[in-house]
Amino acid sequence: MKLHFDVPGDDFTRAGEASGQVKRKLKRLGFPPDVIRRISIAVYEGEINMVIHAGGGAADIEILPDRITAVLTDHGPGIPDVELAMQEGWSTAPDNIRSLGFGAGMGLPNIKKYTDMLDIDTEVGRGTVLTMTVFVNRK
Amino acid sequence: MTIADIRKILNAELITGEEHLGAEVHNACGSDMMSDVLAFVKDQSVLLTGLVNTQVVRTADMMDMVCIVFVRGKGPNDEIIELAKKRGIVLLKTSLRMFPACGLLFEAGLRG
Repeated sequence: MKLHFDVPGDDFTRAGEASGQVKRKLKRLGFPPDVIRRISIAVYEGEINMVIHAGGGAADIEILPDRITAVLTDHGPGIPDVELAMQEGWSTAPDNIRSLGFGAGMGLPNIKKYTDMLDIDTEVGRGTVLTMTVFVNRK
Repeated sequence: MTIADIRKILNAELITGEEHLGAEVHNACGSDMMSDVLAFVKDQSVLLTGLVNTQVVRTADMMDMVCIVFVRGKGPNDEIIELAKKRGIVLLKTSLRMFPACGLLFEAGLRG
């Protein structure tokens, strides 16, 4: 099963719509709670990132019996230094985002922590594609 | 304890979710940073926060939390309340500040 969501870039309050719908869909399909929570949080963090940094983007979710893969695509500024961005606490989010409860530099580290596979394809000036997978039966 | 107990201990106003007041809760966390909630919460079912926006409800929903307590007398707007109703999350509001609110609940047996 494949799901597609557009993530609007201009409305912070709507960030989280895609992950919310994914979560409910997976619940209805009967996936284990731990699997649902891990992929939902990762997609949610990705949505927040796209709104904060990239002016929105798209989320494509593929649901298979043994794994869930999410591909988050944006055409934002790209990540100049992925290694830095993966460090907990390192953030380029503006102060107004911190007053909204985000921008603590936990987005990408959280995505990495909650998923089993994460690929970051990014180029400055072109945008970023995050491909993340959660397996149903982790080894 | 139940969510009804939390309401009583914090002298809190119920904003929405009366039908869930009987739900049992054992753990809570207090934070204004939703990033940290997403990073560190494990099985806590109550979120105390001074932050008031829709992402508080979305974050609580992601973490399978059942109750949000807004501290320092802050109240949510209609959009936040509607979202919480849809997600089945209880909203409470207390005039207490974060530290005493957490302290009272800890003293009453709620853990982190």
